[in-house]
Amino acid sequence: MEAIQTEVLVIGGGATGLGVVRDAALRGYDTVLLERVDLGQGTTGRFHGLLHSGGRYVTRDVEAGKECALERDVLSRIVPDAIEETGGFFVTTPVDDPDYADAFARGCVDAGVWVDEIEPALAIAEEPRLNPRISRAFRVKDGAVDAWKLLWANARSAQQHGARILTYHWVTSILREDDAVTGVIARNDLTGEEVRIDAAFTINASGAWAGEIATMAGADGVTVVPGKGIMIAMNHRLVNTVINRCDPPGDGDILVPVRTVSVIGTTDTEARNPDELEITHDEVQRMLDAGEVLVPGFRNTRALHVWAGARPLFKDERADQSLDTRHMSRGMALVDHERRDGLRRFLTITGGKFTTYRLMAEVVVNAMCEQLGDDRPCTTATTPMPVSAEDGATRVGARLARRERNLHDEKVVCECELVTRGLMVQEIDRKPLGNLDDLRRVLRLGMGPCQGGYCAHRATALVHERTDISAGRAHELLHRFYEYRWLGLKPILYGDQVRQAVLDEWIINGTLDLEHLPREVSR
Amino acid sequence: MSQSIRDSLDHCVKCTICETQCPVAAVTPLFPGPKYVGPQAERYRDASREGSPDDSLDYCSGCGTCTLVCPQGVKVAEINAQARAVMKAQKGVPFRDKLISRTVVGGRLSVATSPLYNWGIGVGALRWAAERTVGIHRRAPMPHAARTTFRTWVWRRNLTRRRVRSTHRVVYFHGCAANYYETELARRTVAVLEHQGIEVIIPRQECCGLPMQSNGLLDEARASVRRLAAQLAPYAREGLDIVSTSTSCSLMLKREAREILELEDDPDLRALAPRMFDICEYLVGLYEQGKLQTQMQPVPLTVPYHPPCQLRAHNIGTPAHRLFELIPELRVIDPNVTCCGVAGTYGLKAEKYDIAMAVGAPLFAQVDGSELACCDSETCRWQINSATGVETVHPIELLYRAYGLE
Ligand SMILES: Cc1cc2nc3c(=O)[nH]c(=O)nc-3n(C[C@H](O)[C@H](O)[C@H](O)COP(=O)(O)OP(=O)(O)OC[C@H]3O[C@@H](n4cnc5c(N)ncnc54)[C@H](O)[C@@H]3O)c2cc1C
Ligand code: SF4
Ligand code: SF4
Repeated sequence: MEAIQTEVLVIGGGATGLGVVRDAALRGYDTVLLERVDLGQGTTGRFHGLLHSGGRYVTRDVEAGKECALERDVLSRIVPDAIEETGGFFVTTPVDDPDYADAFARGCVDAGVWVDEIEPALAIAEEPRLNPRISRAFRVKDGAVDAWKLLWANARSAQQHGARILTYHWVTSILREDDAVTGVIARNDLTGEEVRIDAAFTINASGAWAGEIATMAGADGVTVVPGKGIMIAMNHRLVNTVINRCDPPGDGDILVPVRTVSVIGTTDTEARNPDELEITHDEVQRMLDAGEVLVPGFRNTRALHVWAGARPLFKDERADQSLDTRHMSRGMALVDHERRDGLRRFLTITGGKFTTYRLMAEVVVNAMCEQLGDDRPCTTATTPMPVSAEDGATRVGARLARRERNLHDEKVVCECELVTRGLMVQEIDRKPLGNLDDLRRVLRLGMGPCQGGYCAHRATALVHERTDISAGRAHELLHRFYEYRWLGLKPILYGDQVRQAVLDEWIINGTLDLEHLPREVSR
Repeated sequence: MSQSIRDSLDHCVKCTICETQCPVAAVTPLFPGPKYVGPQAERYRDASREGSPDDSLDYCSGCGTCTLVCPQGVKVAEINAQARAVMKAQKGVPFRDKLISRTVVGGRLSVATSPLYNWGIGVGALRWAAERTVGIHRRAPMPHAARTTFRTWVWRRNLTRRRVRSTHRVVYFHGCAANYYETELARRTVAVLEHQGIEVIIPRQECCGLPMQSNGLLDEARASVRRLAAQLAPYAREGLDIVSTSTSCSLMLKREAREILELEDDPDLRALAPRMFDICEYLVGLYEQGKLQTQMQPVPLTVPYHPPCQLRAHNIGTPAHRLFELIPELRVIDPNVTCCGVAGTYGLKAEKYDIAMAVGAPLFAQVDGSELACCDSETCRWQINSATGVETVHPIELLYRAYGLE
């Protein structure tokens, strides 16, 4: 069995884990991060995409509002590449509690969240689709985040400081010597081999799976409830500003313009298993109704894809048992296993939200330093992250501008999201063992209106051309990609997307006969 | 941008049919094609904040073929027109485009100076200078100016009272081209209508704004078409039909002004639209009611007839074909070509002239050597004539001959 030694081992390749590994690497530790699938395959790749101004929390949890207000500024300084400064509005629609606006404005002031009340007419002039019957409007500093871009920026930054980031490494057991955690055993899902990692310190940053990992370490009863939320991406930008309802947090109260789409979300229901998040018809209808409140005519626009994510909601024994998890603490949870379970060299960090992931990392690495008796200051808030090859692409027009420059020199593979052959080749060569979903997460391959109908076979051919996979394996890649796309299509098949799905089906099965192609299901 | 036009991008299933039919994309790699610049690129445009990143959009000629062929109802050409207007508003409209959009000013000037103007457009050196300074291609088709405008004729006609009076009255919307350049067509149209015993009313009329619209001057276009609508709407409200010999100008009044210029709620345009007819469409209507004179003399000619893109956008088929069938001994050939290339003012522009000529090439090859050619749209006639040297006329001219009105 391959064995790896490190000082700090991080479990979980979401925002929190990457924040932790970057933080520890910047403090000079030798680090390894393990992620069971690809970076952002957990909640971070399935969230709403909102860089919170803090406004959403000010009436319930002033502390959370404060943290967001500070952290959103930090992130926009250190990783502008992954953020679009869309700005946001809080608007009072006819169905919202009219008194909430004043409480909201006061809360913002108390929490230090920047807010500016404007004439509703001005908000409508800027966002012509907005419900014309809004009675109050506040401008806030919301932004839109490309989660994957942010994750890879963290990864690159950490790697520059020696971090080893191992994806497709599934932690299957945790090693202990007496009262200390000494490392883990992981299965490399690309090779099928087991790997042993010995670590001086282990940090559990596995989000909604944190309870499971803690249990593996022998720390029982760390309950992390998966709070399921669904989101629907609409085909184009209905708004260019984040729109929040000025009302106590509820379902479908935020519309976020992210890259080429607008995302409506979200819901909050307790799930049993973060790996099995079912999307119901009723939830979809609720989202569409909610969209209609913000943007009249919402239901007539095209839905592209629906997905669900699991909030890691930390639940200690004293929390009440009510099923509506929105009322539980969303604050970050640092579990000191030495104090709680007498287990040394092991910390869990979970809960929180994406916007505050850097702060969460700082908190847990501080706690680790304290246990180790190290005095190493955190520098993540002031160290900029390296930009991606596609610098600035988070702005909506960036890819079109880029395409205009290479119109005559490069072929396009994914027409909807303007992914060129050059971008594809670069990514395939970097990760020859990857699948189409890995490419999708980096490049947005297949995330546009046709949902892969026109690009997935081209992409498969390219992978086959650039790597030494067999034809059967290529068919399998294509098949799996469509299968995953389909999961997010089935619940929203109405209107324009039905016609697309039918045409795609004709191409995939009528023309390619993908269903009957020999597939090599490996590893 | 009008939301209903932008939202139509949601219907695109990426079938590529529009790409295969776009006459510009077929001849130049400079234009990425309707699917690309329309439903695809529009998802990336937030011009108010980021500006327009894709200048290649400007190679769309606005011929409207894509919208017509799209099986899903995507208003591709309209998306392009609006995006281009935004782009022009940001980057500035070149002087040349402003010049060729002002048909009224240009028309008046060229008529006032017609001997000089008509001489000038034929002088190579002057045309060369115009290409260098203004950007109008030296070989681009330029119509000859009339000595006096059609309106002057109308004025004289009203004085002499030599006109048909009838209870069947129609309004003639002649447009700028017939007023300043093709006055003969306008007079003959009146003659053909009067031959049916119809009283023809010819009110004062502004430019419909189309040249300004297609050159991205939307505010100016709006102002102009509203003035025109105000002039014509009272007749429509009275229950009179309005006929036009200009396919593109009548399309503006039928729907384009409301769609592209976002004048959906303009009461004058709304009143006008259902009463607006292309002249051939109107005559076919008369024929179907048994009200068209069918006494005709033979016109023993073989004529290639090109139904222009703008006529197809009317969604009325090609009514001229029905009329031609009534003319003894007339043989009509359909070249079956999408576009002649000129698309209004597109083919005049120095940087687009070659593209326009390439687009029209298959048409010109079939027209070459004919005695006469026929097309409903004025700029297309000029283009065909300038490319082939073949005299090219409006279908009305053939009827005029068949009725023996010469
Ligand atoms: C619907 C929804 C919308 C949201 N919207 C927003 C928003 O707009 N703004 C905002 O700031 N926050 C938002 N959040 C919250 C935010 O997304 C999460 O708090 C954050 O992404 C959690 O990141 P994480 O790294 O802790 O967890 P994750 O991203 O889930 O990372 C944990 C990782 O651990 C890995 N893992 C699990 N088990 C193992 C194992 N055995 N071995 C190896 N790896 C393992 C998983 O694969 C996963 O990748 C939203 C959450 C939800 C559910
Ligand atoms: S013809 Fe219509 S549906 Fe087909 S690609 Fe073009 S715009 Fe899209
Ligand atoms: S309007 Fe004509 S030139 Fe423009 S994209 Fe459509 S078909 Fe092509």
